[in-house]
Amino acid sequence: MDFLLQPWPWYVSGPLIASVMFVLVYFGKTFGMSSNLRTLCALGGAGRYSDFFRFDWKAQRWNLMVVLGAVLGGYISVRFLSTGAPIALSPETIYDLKMLGFTNAGNTLLPAEIYGWDAVFTLKGMGILIGGGFLVGFGTRYAGGCTSGHAITGLSNLQLPSLIAVVGFFIGGLLMTHLLLPLIFG
Amino acid sequence: MQYLKYLFVGVFFGIVLVKSEAVSWYRIFEMFQFQSFHMYGIIGSAVGLGAVGIWLSKKVGVKNSEGRPIALPAKEKSFVRYLVGGSIFGLGWALAGACPGPMYILLGTGAFSVGILLIAAIAGTFVYGLLRSKLPH
Repeated sequence: MDFLLQPWPWYVSGPLIASVMFVLVYFGKTFGMSSNLRTLCALGGAGRYSDFFRFDWKAQRWNLMVVLGAVLGGYISVRFLSTGAPIALSPETIYDLKMLGFTNAGNTLLPAEIYGWDAVFTLKGMGILIGGGFLVGFGTRYAGGCTSGHAITGLSNLQLPSLIAVVGFFIGGLLMTHLLLPLIFG
Repeated sequence: MQYLKYLFVGVFFGIVLVKSEAVSWYRIFEMFQFQSFHMYGIIGSAVGLGAVGIWLSKKVGVKNSEGRPIALPAKEKSFVRYLVGGSIFGLGWALAGACPGPMYILLGTGAFSVGILLIAAIAGTFVYGLLRSKLPH
């Protein structure tokens, strides 16, 4: 049982993520988490403002069940399947983060410097969460998918659009990590 | 009851993403710094196995649970939307350290401030819907 409590190595986790995709494809669905954001918009009545949200969201209920399961899965893993040991980040990462003002890197899943309530209720902290969330929501729909839809499913299906999207993910991600994060936290 | 299986898929997905640490902001930062193989190993092995599996399933004609040949919908041909949209998502991914799946999972781990991130993501999708006809695709 101990191996369940330890962090799972990439060669276990990666194939398990592929199995999630296979199971959904077997059920006649596709693995795509960002679609749920559109479904939630439609559910909230966004169809009144744009026909992009006028679709049969009830056909997406299965994906909302995946969302609900994901929340439960998050709870189960920290409650029953974790030792609470820090994340084994590379020493360079811990050093770089220290230079940016992040202490205790890896002791929790999320940095208190961004997600702790003290940080959240500052102008900068609130701006990071709202800005980051907005970019994710806007960008995934513009690109027509996120990590699950493009990087995992699309690349597995050898689709060129997904490769272009993943190149985009890295352009944005590298720009943020190497140029913008040092400006925001430096 | 027909939806129960999707709940289990979600639970499994949530557990895998927490146990792999892919839901951690720190792991995303480390990935974009190229300081660890961890995230590349996860995505690479998922895609490698996925590609072989999908190719093989199509080749031998595996049927899905509804009895039809397995198929993945093709994405429409375009360049701008994938590159620009992808880059916008990448900026948010590296800033918030969470893509759409992990947002829900992190809420489950008790990180409730992620709720603000999720609401902002819903707002981002909403604004995309409003502007869609004016954006190059």
